[in-house]
Amino acid sequence: MIRRTCLGAAGLLAAASASADWAINMPRGVTELSAETHDLHMQVFYWCCAIAVVVFGAMIWSLIRHRKSRGVEPAKFSHSMTAEVIWTVIPIIILLLMAVPAAETLIKLEDSRKPDLTVIVTGYQWKWHYAYQGEDVAFYSTLARASADARRKNSGIDPFTVDNYLLDVDRPLVVPKGAKVRILLTSNDVLHAWWVPDLAIKKDAIPGFFNETFFRAIETGVFRGQCAELCGMDHGYMPIVVEVVEPEAFVAWLASEKDAAAKLASAN
Amino acid sequence: MVSAVTDAHGHGKDRGQDHGHDHHGPAKGWRRWLYATNHKDIGTMYLVFSGLMFFIGGTMALVIRSELFTPGLQFVAPNVFNQMTTMHALIMVFGAVMPAFVGLANWMIPMMIGAPDMALPRMNNWSFWILPAAFSILMSTLFMPGGAPAGGWTMYPPLVLQTGDAFPFLIFSVHLMGLSSIMGAINVIVTIINMRTPEMSLLKMPMFVWTWLITAYLLIAVMPVLAGAVTMLLTDQFFGTSFFLAAGGGDPVMFQHIFWFFGHPEVYIMILPAFGVVSEIIPTFARKPLFGHDSMVYAASSIAFLSFIVWAHHMFTVGMPLTGQLFFMFATMLIAVPTGVKVFNWTATMWKGAMTFETPMLFSLAFLFLFTIGGFSGLMLAVVSSDIQYHDSYFVVAHFHYVLVPGSIFGIMAAVYYWLPKWTGHMYNEKLGQVHFWLSTIFVNVTFFPMHFLGLAGMPRRIPDYSTQFTDFNSIASIGAIGFGISQLLFVYIVVQCVRKRGSRASDTVWENPKGLEWTVPSPAPYHTFTQPPHVGAGAAFS
Ligand code: HEM
Ligand SMILES: [Cu+2]
Ligand SMILES: [Cu+2]
Repeated sequence: MIRRTCLGAAGLLAAASASADWAINMPRGVTELSAETHDLHMQVFYWCCAIAVVVFGAMIWSLIRHRKSRGVEPAKFSHSMTAEVIWTVIPIIILLLMAVPAAETLIKLEDSRKPDLTVIVTGYQWKWHYAYQGEDVAFYSTLARASADARRKNSGIDPFTVDNYLLDVDRPLVVPKGAKVRILLTSNDVLHAWWVPDLAIKKDAIPGFFNETFFRAIETGVFRGQCAELCGMDHGYMPIVVEVVEPEAFVAWLASEKDAAAKLASAN
Repeated sequence: MVSAVTDAHGHGKDRGQDHGHDHHGPAKGWRRWLYATNHKDIGTMYLVFSGLMFFIGGTMALVIRSELFTPGLQFVAPNVFNQMTTMHALIMVFGAVMPAFVGLANWMIPMMIGAPDMALPRMNNWSFWILPAAFSILMSTLFMPGGAPAGGWTMYPPLVLQTGDAFPFLIFSVHLMGLSSIMGAINVIVTIINMRTPEMSLLKMPMFVWTWLITAYLLIAVMPVLAGAVTMLLTDQFFGTSFFLAAGGGDPVMFQHIFWFFGHPEVYIMILPAFGVVSEIIPTFARKPLFGHDSMVYAASSIAFLSFIVWAHHMFTVGMPLTGQLFFMFATMLIAVPTGVKVFNWTATMWKGAMTFETPMLFSLAFLFLFTIGGFSGLMLAVVSSDIQYHDSYFVVAHFHYVLVPGSIFGIMAAVYYWLPKWTGHMYNEKLGQVHFWLSTIFVNVTFFPMHFLGLAGMPRRIPDYSTQFTDFNSIASIGAIGFGISQLLFVYIVVQCVRKRGSRASDTVWENPKGLEWTVPSPAPYHTFTQPPHVGAGAAFS
């Protein structure tokens, strides 16, 4: 017990020092659209803050000033056309100001024309399958072994000692930096959803249908996400890892994967 | 109509409120409740039932929050965790919030419009007694092979079709809940339309009556849609249809469209009566008439209308045509306008009033602040590209708990504190009431505010275990949840003490000069009130 507590405390410290892991806001992400989405999110949030200051300000003012204990006499008014028109029209104007950039970003989000690379992503209970279209490279991506061991009920393994607990896979999706990657999504059984916050995409995987989405990462790195649609018992255990690499590295990776696939095929 | 009924009882001449109606008093023992047709008795049963469900659903929430206190799996297996989230939501939505409002409607609507009872008392008995049956069936699934339903309260296929033996019981219990709601709604509409005291025109009706009238129409419109959706699930499972199965030419997404066509009006079903409650309470404690009574009616009606054309904002990630997404985004943003009008009108009601802060007022004020925060996150969720990030994350969990707990549930608690002295004839313990208020308000924020951060940082909803960077906020939320749960025991204590007549005697008006017909009858309200239509006099000026 004491050992576990110590481990936990140490883990907490480690997590706190790796402060990049500790977030309270939507990430800006690594695509142009993820940054734009983040900015839009902040813009709407600031509008809400501004409205909150006015509305809550009025309420608090009233709570302080208009209390019986100050000996005030209640006023008698019960309507005012002017006031009501003002607080109908001003919100409409604010909403219009929000709606325009919101629509602009949405239109960009839907433009999945001319991809450089297409990956067919299939959801399974409870793993992902990735197939590079036209490339003969395909594989399953499942929860990494260390997480899978630690996640069992009362496993005795402290999650804080596991790297990227529940957010690590055996084989990540590898894509080149700068390429427009189209994701074609479907499912083999129930609904799933493919979500990577840093890429600002989330799309449902629906059995019998294909859904389309895309991203163009402008930085290399490893980006993690999770299934976002309840898909049964192990819904919490089918993470997504996308590794964005330099284009040359991607070409090399793809070649070695094809090689390995060919060897496997001839061996059979 | 009213007098005809009374005549049949042979009191043609002498129909005062307070003459001896011995043979009209409550029946003795269990018959009083099983055969109940009196609106007050049925209202009480609804409220007690709702309270019971609130604690059962709350216990499930505490199982969820205990498991999520730290990373790693400690208490329940993942499938049990999913059963808890599913059952928690179904019980809270259909068992706690909706019946509580029907209970308030039963108690208060006849007393607010000067009617002797609900229009259809025997149906009223049915619509209540169906509920214990429905929830016994639903909760019995916890003990069935394969366990309780675990596919989420939204029951999306194909996942829900993987439910074990519980599946047909789930569908049947949802049918029963729908039946109960529809009968309750019909009763409310017929009562309000036909049984108002003649002097009360529609626009003179109190806000609580108005919001319930609108709610009742929403119920009648959408509960059959839910029934249709779950029936299609049933036939897909057992009778070889393929409404939602791609392999047979169906479409799983169609279920979501149908479900949310019910689901979005449903969320307004759970908040409109709370709007009504708050609109009654704030004027009383601000000692000033409700600001913009008529525009409040129009705002509630527009909200109800708009709620039918925004459903797909729950489905922005299913892959819809661009124009569809734009339409649903704009329509959803538009709802913020009438919602804003309501908030501004409540503020204007307080403005230049002479406020005091008894427990019902405190809960109404917390409603005002915290529901508005839920409205802000709602507005953020309406923006499609941001919603792509928020959807199915804890941000959504934060949003709907802000509108439902300090929204709907605080509305219910405010109503109970406000009218309890009228029901029991005794005051509740004001000091304890305020303690209950502060504990609830603090813990509700401790529980749900950090969930915004979790969602934005990328934590999906409906997961039993999470990555270590989400630990701190989850622990805080769990502590808040346990605190909130324990605080509600205080609420039970306060109510029980009041029912046991432990407080001082309440006057007929209870509060300082409140408006409304319910305050013109004695406290406690006699078993039969308004056996003859009252005048809408100075005691009930609404204009
Ligand atoms: C200003 C008004 C509101 C707006 C604009 C709004 C908007 C939204 C949106 C866009 C979502 C979908 C989020 C997602 O899943 O990605 C949502 C979810 C939800 N909202 Fe609201 N909302 C508002 C008020 C309310 C009210 C008053 C209630 C109930 C009292 C409510 C209850 C819910 C619930 C229960 C969900 C989640 C359902 C689920 O997925 O399980 N909302 N809201
Ligand atoms: Cu999933
Ligand atoms: Cu909605």
